[in-house]
Parts: sequence; structure tokens; C-alpha cells
Amino acid sequence: MDKTVNQKAWFLVLPVFAVVAFSAILPLMTVVNYSMQDTFGNNQFFWNGVGWFKELLDPSTDLGSRFFASLWRNLFFSAVILAIEVPLGIVIALSMPTKGWTVAACLVILALPLLIPWNVVGTIWQIFGREDIGLLGYVLNHIGIPYNYVANDIDAWITIIVMDVWHWTSLVALLCYAGLKSIPDAYYQAAQIDGASRWSVFTAIQLPKMNRVLLIAVLLRFMDSFMIYTEPFVVTGGGPGNSTTFISIELVKIALGQFDLGKAAALSLVYNLIILIVCWVFYTVMTNAGIERPQKEGVA
Amino acid sequence: MARIDLVDLAHSYGGNDAAPESFALKPISMTWRQGGAYALLGPSGCGKTTLLNLISGIVTPSRGKILFDGVDITLRSTRERNIAQVFQFPVIYDTMTVGQNLAFPLKNRGVPKAEVDKRVAEIARLLDLTADVNRKATRLTADAKQKISLGRGLVRSDVAAVLFDEPLTVIDPELKWQLRSKLKALHRELDLTMIYVTHDQTEALTFADTVVVMHDGRVVQSGTPAELFEKPAHTFVGYFIGSPGMNIIAAEVKGREARIDGHTITLNRGYDALPAGAKVEIGVRPEFVEVTAPTPGLLTAKIDRIDDLGRIRFARVRVGDVKFAARVPAAFAPSEGCVGLKFDPANVHVYADSRLVEGAA
Repeated sequence: MDKTVNQKAWFLVLPVFAVVAFSAILPLMTVVNYSMQDTFGNNQFFWNGVGWFKELLDPSTDLGSRFFASLWRNLFFSAVILAIEVPLGIVIALSMPTKGWTVAACLVILALPLLIPWNVVGTIWQIFGREDIGLLGYVLNHIGIPYNYVANDIDAWITIIVMDVWHWTSLVALLCYAGLKSIPDAYYQAAQIDGASRWSVFTAIQLPKMNRVLLIAVLLRFMDSFMIYTEPFVVTGGGPGNSTTFISIELVKIALGQFDLGKAAALSLVYNLIILIVCWVFYTVMTNAGIERPQKEGVA
Repeated sequence: MARIDLVDLAHSYGGNDAAPESFALKPISMTWRQGGAYALLGPSGCGKTTLLNLISGIVTPSRGKILFDGVDITLRSTRERNIAQVFQFPVIYDTMTVGQNLAFPLKNRGVPKAEVDKRVAEIARLLDLTADVNRKATRLTADAKQKISLGRGLVRSDVAAVLFDEPLTVIDPELKWQLRSKLKALHRELDLTMIYVTHDQTEALTFADTVVVMHDGRVVQSGTPAELFEKPAHTFVGYFIGSPGMNIIAAEVKGREARIDGHTITLNRGYDALPAGAKVEIGVRPEFVEVTAPTPGLLTAKIDRIDDLGRIRFARVRVGDVKFAARVPAAFAPSEGCVGLKFDPANVHVYADSRLVEGAA
């Protein structure tokens, strides 16, 4: 088909371009501007070139050490919640009913945590875990298990991980359930005929058919957990010490706590870049994994 | 390898208490002999897939029993029945190569590796898949995928029966012929009981020794292709098999004569004992009605059109309001308007309430 050349079509793109310019490009450019300068009171700015970036990527400096510490912390957090939520979500999806009123009931129950605003989730767990009035904290301490997420690093981590699993496993489960529902009955019947065990049905049919939704689930959960802010901020405020200070929390501390706009801008640009790269890698993997390429010459 | 007996087998998806008329499969009793090539023929929704799934054990019957070599297996699982089944659309295991797909049913049953390799190589050779054995199965076309499904059905040599559920739906017409003759050759070679479900009469008649015709949840006739053609036991069989189907005409039958539209046709046999009050029809295949020039003493008809099928021509004619199909002899050049219809008395059958009545000689 021949394409018609019509330069007037640019006018149709113009409104979107204007909106994106004001909502994304201009703010981003101010961040780029800040990242090159040092700020003092009275709105005084001094040119600093790539100084902040050098400092940020050098772990021996204060800024660099804080950045890398929170980066590793954040990556570790993402790895742990993925390792728990993905298998757990698959198991939940597999054990869900496939017909009858129980399906609707299960779906509603699963969707509930997803509907709760993030700071409410944080508040729920903040109170739930308190040793004086929280059901969880009180019961644990009462039966002889010392638990205090305000004072103990490990307790704080466990609380935040359990909270994230509680909040987000449903998403993985729902996606997997949708993937499972799309498998035609004939596959299960054929597996039955072929004498496949329950485990082979899982590895040979269900898992391969779920791989696309699983990729999406992993991508969503990774991005969300890598950008996590509200829930740990509400529960632990990044503490005890710095033990649950993730990148976004560190960023807010630098930008709004210390009012170091230059350092914060440099950090947020690098943070943004990491997210873009991860997105690109996932996108490439997904588009390649999803395509089936039938090859004609193989057929007699 | 086994003889399969169905004893009063019936199934309803609505449960055993559903009304008898709503049963997907009405009670049947029949025997499938070991080594037979059967086709289960009927229109969509006639219960043929239900019957197949009952035999393979995917569906448990509401009533009745299934025996393999005299042993009741009604409640046994598919796996225990040792049945192979090929489905309408290709089912392949995405992560495996073609060879691993073919080996899967054998591996699951703990067949030794040497034996597995031998069988896989043999089946791949029979289905022309040898070149693709090490390729990922997902990368192949629908045709090739369906061949893998067929291969998985055939790879086990000890199965009680191989069931095919319209397996060639997705295959190109050209390849369809090849694969069908291949299946037939495999049947002779492997001495397997094969049951082939289809709604395509050509497929059924070319594949099977015995064709079982189903209609509305019942088996209406089971016989060789020639029997179905020459002596349909039910008007449905006459109409469904053959192209064009049998002419079924309401008639008054008395002794050796049938009256249509005030005209008398001589019959080969005597029909004095027709059930009282039954709906009486005569059935005659278009191949046995000849169009001639209008002659006194012959039934007169008006020509609607002539279908030229290449080696044979059929005239679509009309007697009053009744439509007929009739053969046009090679030498006959039909002129406008009216023709005479000449019936072959040996091939005119009488049906009472849609069922064939055997006349007295």
C-alpha cells in the first residue's frame, strides 16, 4: 500500500506533544539543570558540571556510599519478593477452582489487597506489627518470640517483605490464573492420554503456556518493588538506622531532608536510567519470547 | 489391542436424571472388533465426539458399561485403559523438540530408552518428520504440528485402540489425501483398532472398513461403505451419504407398487406388512433414477437445472412440489421443460417412519 505524504498530519500530533512537553520533558530538563549545579540558600546556584555524577558513582564518597548501599538493598529486596511472590502466585493460581461460584469468590478475595491504597497498606502493617497494640506483634511477643520492627533490622525486613507479599502476590496469581484459563481442554486431555504425571503436565503444558503472563508479572513486580516508597516509609521510615532505606527513600531524604537539589537530581537521573534499561531488556526479551516463527521449509 | 464392547452405554452432560431425549448419547450396545478400521460419521452435535471421549475415558458415562476384551473398564482412568487419541486441533508440548514430543507417551510409561528411540525414529519416518526430529515443535506449521499429534497417537504399539477426533481439519486438502492413505497403510501394518470421527463422508468412506453413522445421539447404521450406499437403513443415512443425497419421497405403498403423484412405480419386493399408521416413504439414489424423453407410462417431471460434475451429470427436477435429483445419461441431451423419470426397481427402498422395511421376495 502506498503511503500518502501529508505534512499537515503533524498538527494532529501537536496537542499530545505539548502535553508531554509540559508534563514530562520540561520537569525532566529542570532536573537535568539541577544535576549540574550546587544550590545554596537564597536561590543561589553554582555550576558544578558532572561533579555530582562522579561523586554518585564513587562508593568512597558519602553520596556514592549511600547510593550504592540503597541500590543493593533495593535489588536484594526485589530479588526476595520475586522469589517468594512468583512461585506462590503460581501455586495459588493452580489451586484455584475453575468453575462454579467459588471462582468469583476467590477472585474477589484475591483482588482485595490490590484495591487498598499503598499508604493504607503501610498503616495497616505498621499497627498490625506493633508490640503494644498490634495483633501480630503482641501475639508473637506473648508466645515468646521476640519481635520488634522498630528496633531490630531483621524484624523490619521481615515485616516489609511479608507486607509486600500480602499486598502483591494476588497480582501474580491473577495473571497466572488468566494464563491457565487460556489453555484449551484438549491439552489436558492429550496429556491424560499420553499418561503424563501431574508434574509433567505442569512443566510441559502449564508453565510454557504461562510464560508470557509470567514475564509481565515479573516485570511489573520488579519495577514496583524497585520504585517502592510509600509502604516501607510508613512502616519503618527507612529504619532502624538505614536498614530499610531504599533508593526512593534515600532520594527524598537528600532532596527534601537536606535540600541538596543537585545531588538528588543526579541520583534521580541515574535511577531513571536504570529503570529505562531494565524496561528495555524486559521488552526485548518479551517480544522475542512471545513470537512463534513458523518455518515453511520444514514441511514435507 | 482389544475388542471393545459397549453395553447399554448412554451419556448426558446434564447428569443421569436428565430427560431421555436430551441425552447426548442415547443408549447403544455394539462391538468394535480388534484390528478394525472404523469411521464414526455424522453431522456436528450428533454425539460422535461424546462416544469417542467415553471410549477413551475423558468422559465417564452416565449409564452402561464399556468392556475391553471382556473386562469392565468403565470406571478406569484414561491412562489405565491404554488408549491413544488424536484431537481436532494440534496439541504439542511447546518446550520439547519434535522427537521429544513423539517420545513423551512412551517415556511416561517407562519404556526403555533404546526402544523409545527406535519407535520415535520409525514413526518420524512414516510421517515424514525425520528431518525435523531435533527442531523445536513450536516452530513448525499447523500441518506439521498435527502430524506430531498423529505421531504421538501412533507411537505406542500396545494400545487398545487409536481414536481420531476429526484429525485432519487443519490440514491442507492435498496433504489430507496423503495422510489419510498413510493412516490406512499404518492400520494394515500395525494391526491396531482405529476409530476415526468425521463429518466428512469422503473421509469416512475412504478410511474405514466399517462406517458407523450417527444421528441425534443414536447409531442409525453400521456397515461397509457399499452397504451404506446401496441399502441405507435409515432415511438419514440415505440423505447424509452420497452427493447428492438419496431422494426421499412420501408415497403410498401397497404390495409391489408405490404411488407418487397419481403415478405407479413397480417395486422389486412385496410390502404387504407395513406397520399401520407409519409415515411411508420411498428412497432411491439419484444414480438409480434416469432422465429420459417424456414417455407415456413414466413419471413426468420438470427440469429446474442440471449439475455437471464432470464425469456425471445430475438433473434437479420437480414432480408437483416434490424435488428430485436424477442421473442424466451421457447420450441424452435434455430439451426444455418436461422429462420422464425411469426408476431402477432393485434400488428403490421403502421406509416406514424413516426406517428401512425389508420387503418379501
